[in-house]
Amino acid sequence: MDLSYTDEEEEFRAGLRDWLAAELPRLPDRPDPLDWPGRRAYDCGWQRRLYDAGYGHVHWDASPTQRLIFLEETERAGAPYVGANFVGLLHAGPTIAAEGTPAQRARWLEPVLRGDEVWCQGFSEPDAGSDLASLRTRAVRDGDAYVVTGQKIWTSHAEVADWCELLVRTDTEGPRHRGISWLALPMDAPGVSVRPLRTLAGSTEFAELFLDEVRVPVDNRVGDENDGWRVTMVTLSFERGTAFVGEVVACRRLLGELARAARENGRWDDPALRRRLGGLAAAFQALWRLTQRNVSEAQATGGVPGAGGSVFKLHYSHARQELYDTAAEVLGPDALDLGREWNLDRLSSLSYTIAAGTSQIQRNIVAERILGLPKGR
Amino acid sequence: MDFRLSRDQTDLRRGVRELLAGRFGREALRAAVDGGGGLDRGLWKELGEAGFFALRLPEDEGGVGLGLPEAVLVFEEAGRALLPGPLVATHVAAGAVPGAAEGTAVVTEVSPEGLLPWRDAADVVRGDAAGAVPVRSVDPLTPLHRVPGAGGAAESVTVLLTAAEQVGTAAWCTDAAVAYARQREQFGQVIGGFQAVKHLCAGMLVRTELARAAVWAAAVTGDAVETAGAKLLADEAAVANARDCLQVHGGMGFTWEADVHLHLKRAWVRAALVLPAGRAAEEVAAAL
Repeated sequence: MDLSYTDEEEEFRAGLRDWLAAELPRLPDRPDPLDWPGRRAYDCGWQRRLYDAGYGHVHWDASPTQRLIFLEETERAGAPYVGANFVGLLHAGPTIAAEGTPAQRARWLEPVLRGDEVWCQGFSEPDAGSDLASLRTRAVRDGDAYVVTGQKIWTSHAEVADWCELLVRTDTEGPRHRGISWLALPMDAPGVSVRPLRTLAGSTEFAELFLDEVRVPVDNRVGDENDGWRVTMVTLSFERGTAFVGEVVACRRLLGELARAARENGRWDDPALRRRLGGLAAAFQALWRLTQRNVSEAQATGGVPGAGGSVFKLHYSHARQELYDTAAEVLGPDALDLGREWNLDRLSSLSYTIAAGTSQIQRNIVAERILGLPKGR
Repeated sequence: MDFRLSRDQTDLRRGVRELLAGRFGREALRAAVDGGGGLDRGLWKELGEAGFFALRLPEDEGGVGLGLPEAVLVFEEAGRALLPGPLVATHVAAGAVPGAAEGTAVVTEVSPEGLLPWRDAADVVRGDAAGAVPVRSVDPLTPLHRVPGAGGAAESVTVLLTAAEQVGTAAWCTDAAVAYARQREQFGQVIGGFQAVKHLCAGMLVRTELARAAVWAAAVTGDAVETAGAKLLADEAAVANARDCLQVHGGMGFTWEADVHLHLKRAWVRAALVLPAGRAAEEVAAAL
């Protein structure tokens, strides 16, 4: 039960703080959220700065504790997050690093770290959401290529991505988990088309991806043919690990802002609101401690976080939605004005209990993998 | 940073769990309930000899020389076992009240909320208990008095160790619900296979883990606001888990024979005794 950091970790933190203080004032203005090429350039520019300063690798090679410190400090300093590099840095990259051949690692990892290439994720399909293993996008072997036909959905950053980590069905016989393969799809290949989807917040954060007899070289397959499900699980466990560190820091900062605003506009006098804020502050403090515990576990067991991430995500996603509902209480009638801060975030937060595994799926994971209850519906 | 239990801490937790299972297992618990809830002086003395009360006293004062992180582990086990008596008050009095550390004296105290547990069994009552009136306690294993005009704030250590006991109840309820859901069959299968039931169980684990992380961290930092937040989460985990555990047990959960009501009632007592939810939330909010 030790919450203190080693000298080496404190040194890492101090060096990062100094670098952020010098670097952040030199960043260009943030692009308009609807300007996709502008967002890509901004996010990749930030990643390049990290790379040049020796921090480009931090999501992969650094120890879990260093990663925690990195995410904590960058969020505190108001630095950009991974943005368009989310899939490259946190899904596809780690998967290739863990499962790829030396040639594949040499081809794809460095451009992600340098901010040269952007990846998107082609997992979900219109009929394969929570039940991902039922996916039907078909890949048929033709010489040294797969011919891929099908449709993907919820593909973030598809408009500006160079590559897509694509799950395809390579075998229609036998158990469905065993007939899936993981391919790196070049987004400029003939037969790929992208249709942006508008979210309820009005923005186009993700897209539908249509694949019409797209030829993908067999060399672009990571892992064995029909072994893509296992390869994918490696990726998903990354997503449920330390990926929310920055968000917890941001939520704790937001709580401070809400208290300040409520004291200014008089709503602080309402004990129900005060106690709600107090309850949320306790919850986010505990979520931070839970993160430290999960990171300690990951550090001790070799780096890949397990089902403990589901415990965290379940509470976090609901608490964050409640946080924005409480922000709306602080704002009163101004909660209906999308020009005011927090209100667009409130809309975006509605996805947190759905994205990266719905709360219902997370509860199944916790019940079956941690509590040992039988599988079933 | 390594926010896991050390080997010594793991051993301590296991040792306390085994001690309590042997000395205050289910039969002893039910015997205590059926016997009208008196305090077992022999057990109290044994707890003293095991270092339960002197845990945090320095070794040169006859204590065990451990800290709050170890204390929360021990009190979580006490909460899990539903160990009766003014455990926290006597532990806090060790070193200040003669006999407390050794388990030869039973020490209780008037809580700021005007509640006084175990008055008649105690050798020493701390605080002003004038005008104390007995009440029909909801918890068969915690006799209570109401004390008029009490006030002030509970000590942070008292709040934290009470929260640790709540985590023990939250964890017991999770285990009991899961065990029952794995063996109770309806519609031709164990009910733990139904999502409606397994999602209740998953929620119980989430509450327990969150509260436990908060209690451990507050034990390490000793911070008063973090302690208040931990109490808030631990109260919620204990009470909500006891209710969900009762629900998973169905009709059996509503019987006197099932143990779950004992946990729910004790959880209510611990929640109300020191820093109840409203005060805890206010204390955390004030620091924002």
